[in-house]
Formats: sequence, structure tokens, C-alpha cells
Amino acid sequence: MATEILMPALSPTMEEGTLAKWLVKEGDTVSSGDIMAEIETDKATMEFEAVDEGIVGKILIEEGTEGVKVNTPIAVLIEEGESADDIEASSAPAPAALSGEEGKAAAPATASTPSEPPVAPSVDLSPDYPEGTAMKTQTVREALRDAMAEEMRNDDTVFLMGEEVAEYQGAYKVSQGLLDEFGSKRVIDTPITEHGFAGIGVGAAFGGLRPIVEFMTWNFAMQAIDQILNSAAKTLYMSGGQMGAPMVFRGPNGAAARVGAQHSQDYAAWYMQVPGLKVVMPYSAADAKGLMKTAIRDNNPVCFLENEILYGRTFDVPDMDDFTIPFGKARIWREGSDVTIVSFGIGMQYALEAADKLAEDGISAEVIDLRTLRPMDTGTILNSVMKTNRCVTVEEGWPQGCVGNYISSVIMQEAFDYLDAPVINCTGKDVPMPYAANLEKHALITTDEVVAAVKQVTYR
Amino acid sequence: MAARKATKKPNVSAEELTAYYRDMLLIRRFEEKAGQLYGMGLIGGFCHLYIGQEAVVVGLEAAASEGDKRITSYRDHGHMLACGMDPNGVMAELTGREGGYSKGKGGSMHMFSKEKHFYGGHGIVAAQVPLGAGLAFSDMYKGNDRVTFTYFGDGAANQGQVYEAYNMAELWMLPCIFVIENNQYAMGTSTKRSTKSPSYWERGAAYGIPGEEVDGMDVLAVKAAGQKAVEHCRAGKGPYILEIKTYRYRGHSMSDPAKYRTREEVQKMRDERDPIEQVRSMLLTGKHATEEDLKAIDKEIKEIVNASADFAKESPEPALEELWTDIYA
Repeated sequence: MATEILMPALSPTMEEGTLAKWLVKEGDTVSSGDIMAEIETDKATMEFEAVDEGIVGKILIEEGTEGVKVNTPIAVLIEEGESADDIEASSAPAPAALSGEEGKAAAPATASTPSEPPVAPSVDLSPDYPEGTAMKTQTVREALRDAMAEEMRNDDTVFLMGEEVAEYQGAYKVSQGLLDEFGSKRVIDTPITEHGFAGIGVGAAFGGLRPIVEFMTWNFAMQAIDQILNSAAKTLYMSGGQMGAPMVFRGPNGAAARVGAQHSQDYAAWYMQVPGLKVVMPYSAADAKGLMKTAIRDNNPVCFLENEILYGRTFDVPDMDDFTIPFGKARIWREGSDVTIVSFGIGMQYALEAADKLAEDGISAEVIDLRTLRPMDTGTILNSVMKTNRCVTVEEGWPQGCVGNYISSVIMQEAFDYLDAPVINCTGKDVPMPYAANLEKHALITTDEVVAAVKQVTYR
Repeated sequence: MAARKATKKPNVSAEELTAYYRDMLLIRRFEEKAGQLYGMGLIGGFCHLYIGQEAVVVGLEAAASEGDKRITSYRDHGHMLACGMDPNGVMAELTGREGGYSKGKGGSMHMFSKEKHFYGGHGIVAAQVPLGAGLAFSDMYKGNDRVTFTYFGDGAANQGQVYEAYNMAELWMLPCIFVIENNQYAMGTSTKRSTKSPSYWERGAAYGIPGEEVDGMDVLAVKAAGQKAVEHCRAGKGPYILEIKTYRYRGHSMSDPAKYRTREEVQKMRDERDPIEQVRSMLLTGKHATEEDLKAIDKEIKEIVNASADFAKESPEPALEELWTDIYA
């Protein structure tokens, strides 16, 4: 049976090319792998190999022909005994394989018809723990340690790896006591090799374990960000749901004190952008505990952004056997009627201080702690803004592309008619973190700036 | 440790040789067909063919047992076929169709099979090396004696994370076989233009990892070296490095004009060292098979490959809803 040889596409973008040279002539026998012709694409001259065996029955396109469309028949292969005279070749290019027009996505995730009146979204307002639960006082550091220990007791596949997590008891003492309880098989000191051990952690998760990978700080995780994004976050999708990375990446994030530009970056907005990741950034010890337990149980990669300054802060933590907090549920720290202040992580410190000061001036601020950034509880923000009609966001990260920018856009799209003032994003300054004490203080967000922003949106 | 070529094992059964011939031929014909479908615009993006390197995966799979894991780079079609994945599912993934291993969402470079313990298919050069060490870690943690074959190329061998993985693999005695498929060109840069170190496997010595160089055009030599490496890992002696000298006949990807080497160099390799021709000639000269026997195999392979191409063309494109699935478990 005669086989048509078609003008090949030799690059992802090639639509036509020049048939520069034939390296076979009519009557030649070819087998697969033989070079038949040289073809010039938009980028280079390529050799074109035979796939099928046969005899070159007829050359349909002379060498030197320019603008030969992809999929145009350029020659015909015949089998022994066939005659080239029998060939009736079509001259039109075969139809393109794919139209490319059908690949358009369904509606974007957040689209809504502008003419529809905005409706207050329904949100989960249930308390995190039953009323009357006994409380104990704990630091964030202890709460994180307890969360990991409880989950390691529950599930043998959970283990902790990172720099100084075992014998040193944690660079910030978060893993204090874990080596003693769980042994060196499950609490593993790594060499200083973030890219490598993050990759090993992801591989171990593919293999059925539930790793907790501690970065001494998230600044060092930049050496490992390829493994976090390309390997951990995307594999479930790329494998069509066959395998993913159920694991936690954790460590202190953002500025500590006087450690300069390379140790002081807030990565909230970076990781929040990535589909496939979940991102948690707690403020209180209770949230740190309940969310860490949820993170370890989650079947997806979770970036858990802690804060060195908060590690030593004390909060009430419910004294329960198994206290967890679901992802995507914000917490309203204080209710108010004049303005909504949205924050997360250490930003909550400024938000709460500002609310106290504002109260002295007779301004009632509602303060929302997002707790998780992906999934984000935008419903609670919108409900609050529909009540207060004003919003200020607070975070330590840089202004361009910050978390507050995203919140602003959601409010603008979903509750524009409710706004009585533009949303203001209070952020860290647009500079690398300076070392000098006075400069560092100015580079970070301050409570006074939050107060000023609220006064601006409330026209006071 | 001196470089040592694994010696050939002359006493090999007809069945075994025939199986290698068949498995290597399947990869070659499959890849030729993939190249053809790419030319027709049915396969898009990047497509890295394995033609010339078939003996590497077929030899190593002959040394593997059920439950052993494998992970590789983006030049992954051969690995998938060699570990028993369905040619239809692989080809349909290349055409981006619903019947593909990743429902069309992964493509040539990102394919997986939990059932066959194939962990990808990774597009970032060398990222699969620590991942492979991590897979081996999971088996060590669980206390079984499975091993992981972690494949990467001579190009990836210059990435820093390879050495981070080596260091921890030996430190923790992970059952990981690091397989360097040295096809002598990292895209267009020959090994001579990318390193002055004489061999890649010897770099393992800096971490205490033993290894050896293997003739990657000789499937029996690859199998013998693979068995030795597997034995080492299963015995709990930690990782092992195989530097397998091989050659790819085609360009780095479909759009590579391959001007960095001569046509004569490629032709010489095909004429004198072709892994499939070597086994074919052993089968014929050893009177293990007749020309007719081999023709029957050729025909059978051609049918499998044509059927995979038909399946890959007929399988529908994924439903638009698939855009939004498999993001979270």
C-alpha cells in the first residue's frame, strides 16, 4: 500500500517550511531512520528521517520549494511490486490536527455578572472549640511542638526533617523533645542542603510518607523553591490525580530583628499565588496548633509560615485531646462597625494594637485574622466590608503584588457598591530590610500607619 | 576504584535475548511513530525521543523486581514502555487526550503510573534526583528491600542538587541506584565542553558511593551492571552509581537541528553500535531465531505501535471540566 509522506512540523511553532534538499531519489529503498530530506524551518535546517520502510515512488515537491505548508504530501512511499504510476496524490494540505479554538477555559474562578446585586456570602461562623473548653497558657513554639508530637503519635508515616531539628532540639527550639520521644528514625537532622532535602522530602511523600520539612527560615527555602512548586505543588495535576505530595513545609517567615535583608523576607504573597499549595500563616498559639494538626493531615503540600518573634508569645490554647482548625476559615478577633482591618500572622499584632488605639478615638474596628491564605476565606472579609463599608489590610511584606492587593481586588469585584472609600494596603516599605535599628523600624509596618490608614478611609 | 567495563555474560537464553529484542524494538518503533505524529501536528510542545538509548532501560528493567521504583527526566517514553506501561496510554498522553496516563494534562514530559511504580517524567533538569533519593528513603523508612532507579543525563549530572542527593543518600544509606544516562550531549553541549572531570560516576567517590561505567549500547552489559547495583542496594549497602555510556540518534528534542555533531558521527554509531542490531545479530548467529521469527516480532511491534497511534488520535480531548480537577487531593 502506498504511504504519503507529509511535510512535517519540526518545531512547536512551525507552520510551513522550505524543502531545501532531497537526499533520496525516486526508486531508492529507504528504511526507518534514513535521512530523506533537509527541511528549513523558521529556526534552522533540519534533517527529516523516514519512519516507514519502502521505495520512494514519487517525489511530489521539488527541492528548493518554499512555503510548503505542514501536512502537505511531499512524497509517496510504495512497497515492492507497486508502481509509481498508480499514485494519485492529493495536493491540498491535510486538515490541521487540532483547531486550538476549543481549548478555551470555562469561566474564570471568581467571575460574577456585574448586573447581579452583590449578596453577602455564607460563611462558617462556628466557634473553633466548644464553649466552656478548659484553656491552658502556651507559647506559639510549644503549641507547634505539641501539634507535631500529637500527629506523630497518631500516624507512623509522619516524620520531621530539617537542619538542627533533632540533637540541637531545633534552631528556634520548636522541635524540643521530639528526638527523645520519637528517635532518630523520625526526627532527622539534615546537612545544610535545602534544595536537596526538600526534594528528598517530596520524593518521600510520593512514596507514601507524610514528611514535615523544616526550613531554618523560609529565606533559605528559596534554594528549594523549585522542589516546592514544580515537584510538590504540580505533580497531582500533572499525573492526572495519580500521585501528589501530602506534606508540610514549615519554618519562620518574615522579619525577625536586626538580621538584615537576606534573613527578613515575607513570602506570604509568593506561595499564596500557587495552585496546588495550601498556605497557612497563623498568629496565635491556638491557631498554630489547630492549623498545624490540620496541615499534617492534609493530603496536599502545605506551606506553614511561622514567625520568630511570635514563637515566644503566650496565648490561651484549648486543652483538648484533638484540637484542629479547618483551612479557609478566618477568625474575627474583635467585632466592629466602622472599618474592617484584615491581617494574618504577625500583622495581627499591628492590627489589634491599632484597633485599641482607634477605640480610644471612638472608631470601632472589626479585626479579621485570615489564618490561611490559600484557601482564603474571602467570604468573611466581604461580609464584614458590606457592614463597615471600609477596609484596611495589614502585612509586613512588600507592597507590589502583596496579599492586600488581592484582597482589594476581590472586594472591588464582589462588593464595589458597598465601599465608601478605597481599600488601603498597609505593608512593609518597598526596600530590602536594612540593618540599622532605626531604619529597620521604619521599613516594617507600624501601628501608627495602620491607625492613619483607618482614619483616611473613615475620613476622620 | 578503577573504571571497569562489565563483562558480557555469554550464556543467555534465547527467550531472554528475544525479549530484549522485542522490548527495545517496541521503544524504537514507538518513538519513530511519535516523531511522525509530531510532524503531523498531533503532538505539541517538547518531545524528546529515546532512539539509540533503548538498551539502558531494557537492561535495567531486566535487573528490577516487582515493587522497585523508577523516576526519570523528560526523555521518558522509553522508561515507561520498559516498565510495562501501556503504549496506548503513553501515546494518548503525547497527543494530549483523555486516554493518556495523565488525562492529557501532563504531556510528553510529565507522565506517571502508580501501578507500575513510575514516578515521572520530570521537566526540570535534575529535580528528579533528590526525588528519587526520597522515594528510596520511603522504602528504607518502611523497612522493605525495594530499590529506586533514579535516571538522569550527563547534562543533569552538573547540577548541584545531584550532589546534595548523593551526600544524603550515602549518609542515610538509601537504596537508590543513580543511573547517569551519558548520551554525550546535554542538548547541544558535548560533555567535553561542559566538564573537565574524566567521568561522572567517579564523582560518587567524594561521597563514598561506589559505581562503574557501563556500555550502554550492550543490553547484556547493562543488565549485568544493574544486577550488581540492585544487589548492593538490597543488601543495605547504600546507593550505587551506574554511568551508562549511550547515544541518542535524534536531536535533543524534535526542534533540534543537531548541528553540534556530524552526520558521520551519528551514522557510525548506528552502523557499528546499534543496541537492537547487536541483539538481532546475536539471535541470528547463535541460531536462536530465524529471519522469519524476527519478522514476526517486527510485525507484532508495528501493530502495537500503530494501534497506540490510532488510540491516541481517536481518544477525545479532555473535557473542559478537567481544567479544574486534580489541583487538590
